[in-house]
Amino acid sequence: MSEKTYIDALAEALREEFDRDENVFMMGEDIGIYGGAFGVTKGMYPKYKDKLLDTPISEASIVGAGVGCALVGMRPIVEIMFSDFMMDAMEWIVNQAAKLRYMTGGQLKVPMVIRAPMGCGTGAAAQHSQSLPALFAHIPGLKVVMPATPYDVKGMLKAAVRDDNPVIFFEHKLLYWTKGDVPEGDYTVPIGKAAVKREGKDITIIAGSIMVPRSMEAAEKLKEYGIDAEVIDIRSLVPMDVETIVESVSKTGKAIIVEDDNKNNGWGSEVVSKLIESDAFDYLDEPIKRLAGKDIPIPYAPELERAAVPQIEDIIEGVKEIFDKR
Amino acid sequence: MELSKEKMLWMYQKMVEIRKFELKVDELFKKNMIWGTCHLYIGEEATAVGACAALNRDDYITSTHRGHGHCIAKGAEMKRMMAELLGRETGYCKGRGGSMHIVDVSTGNLGANGVVAGGIPIATGAALASKRRGDGKVTICFFGDGAGNEGAFHESLNMAGIWKLPIVYLCENNLYGMSNPVKNSTAVEDIAVRGQAYNIPGVIVDGNDVLAVYETVKEAVGRARRGEGATLIESKTYRWMGHSKSDPRAYRTREEEQEWKERDPIKLFASQLMDRNIATEDELKKIDEQVDEEIEEAYEFAVNSPKARVEDITEYVYA
Ligand SMILES: Cc1ncc(C[n+]2csc(CCOP(=O)(O)OP(=O)(O)O)c2C)c(N)n1
Repeated sequence: MSEKTYIDALAEALREEFDRDENVFMMGEDIGIYGGAFGVTKGMYPKYKDKLLDTPISEASIVGAGVGCALVGMRPIVEIMFSDFMMDAMEWIVNQAAKLRYMTGGQLKVPMVIRAPMGCGTGAAAQHSQSLPALFAHIPGLKVVMPATPYDVKGMLKAAVRDDNPVIFFEHKLLYWTKGDVPEGDYTVPIGKAAVKREGKDITIIAGSIMVPRSMEAAEKLKEYGIDAEVIDIRSLVPMDVETIVESVSKTGKAIIVEDDNKNNGWGSEVVSKLIESDAFDYLDEPIKRLAGKDIPIPYAPELERAAVPQIEDIIEGVKEIFDKR
Repeated sequence: MELSKEKMLWMYQKMVEIRKFELKVDELFKKNMIWGTCHLYIGEEATAVGACAALNRDDYITSTHRGHGHCIAKGAEMKRMMAELLGRETGYCKGRGGSMHIVDVSTGNLGANGVVAGGIPIATGAALASKRRGDGKVTICFFGDGAGNEGAFHESLNMAGIWKLPIVYLCENNLYGMSNPVKNSTAVEDIAVRGQAYNIPGVIVDGNDVLAVYETVKEAVGRARRGEGATLIESKTYRWMGHSKSDPRAYRTREEEQEWKERDPIKLFASQLMDRNIATEDELKKIDEQVDEEIEEAYEFAVNSPKARVEDITEYVYA
């Protein structure tokens, strides 16, 4: 076990998967000698020339070709430079990759990973900054994950590569340089299992991606107010680990959901409905609160950009409001 | 290169199978036994058969919304196709696909596709996989003239051009995309010239002459297998029927249709076979009768098969 950045953990997972299975390779724009827009494959090219396929700027056909490779038994990892550009490839994600298994009665499968950096905080404004996990979580046939820690990003990428389904793998850009303990060698983190990041008895904070470290910091500060928060990292939107969430909320009786997507029809509303449909409903003693991005395209000016999505102080305030009401 | 008599008769039989299968489908459709929609391939049989005759069983194809012909030519069982059209559990897709999505992995058929140009990047990916693995397989990507105006067509040909992929892009130019004539939808007269933009040779072939299609595709497949890259073939042909169900074909004249029917690809091939003393009229008639029987068997198999199981409706979403 040693401390590594999210980006290094990701690169380690890629190298180990390239070595493990000859069918695994990656394609995308500028991933070779350039090392990828965020440097995920930086320095890898000399050793992994054959594994890193630089493509033209053709998102539809990059994803479509990934589907074709997967159908004939390869396990492609496709990098979309910014997740926003998945819009150019929607046809091959939504109408092809997601449906081919079902509409062929199980004859075909699409073991493909689409890696997509998402999120705001870099000043790139609306077309390079949005977070869209909920958009894809609505589509049957896709799995949607968003690892929040170096440990998870390595283990979940390996799980995604070995999964026989198309997996949309969201990496938050602000997480790339965060650090955490990462074991050497092979391990996987199962897709569809949430993580209890911090145990607590007073309230459950359900967060995903960049909102996980923010919620952890908020939880530490909340101790000052005598609030002991439990933090759950949802990790995977499809499949969603409803059991872990229900169990926690049944224990604490209060829930707040913190997401990076904008609020309207976001994944937080799905968590709320799952809770209301479940036994946890009987234990809830306050309305469930949702913190999410504002329903706006991500703006440019730093003050505006910061205000567009929940920050640590917003989480603290949000939790306190629930308790202050009483 | 000489084709054996056996192979030519196989080609003739496949063309007749496609024609008769589709006539049966048309009949069942009119009797409301087939649900949804379907796009008939009648008139274009020479293209699918000529092209697939140039492939090995384990080579790949991707197909289109008008896919029955490609599927049969690549070797699918008509009874399982018919079962799929009738929504039965024994169909290729267990009743989840229907006419537009039939796939038969066992013959390298990666599938029909309900989305115009949907299969083009997928075929490109299959060819990319073959190139990376060095498995010697070739992919034929069937698509229509209409699909050639989708962006993904251009992206994919560019990829095939830069990477010299083992693929044949086979454009079936049947002169219309639904109602829109090629001259109104497509800025060039011959779609084959578009290969030039991607450093891919473009070839035009008479799509109603199965032997011409075979020779042209064979050469392109040879190039692909030798590592020399992709070819774009434009097969000039014609669909006899409407685009899909209930199309009164108001966008074209009956005279034009008649002209093309006079160049019926099956009759054309039959006379080639007889002129060259490869087969007698009797031999061909015997094949016709045998196919009639096969079609009846396929139909019987399909109607007597269990319906798709509602209890299993959520099966096959995830692997
Ligand atoms: C992306 C997309 N747009 C529109 C359609 C509706 N549509 C189905 S077939 C067709 C015409 C296709 O023409 P062409 O590619 O020439 O094939 P053909 O029908 O002539 O065989 C259209 C417009 C579709 N299925 N997919």
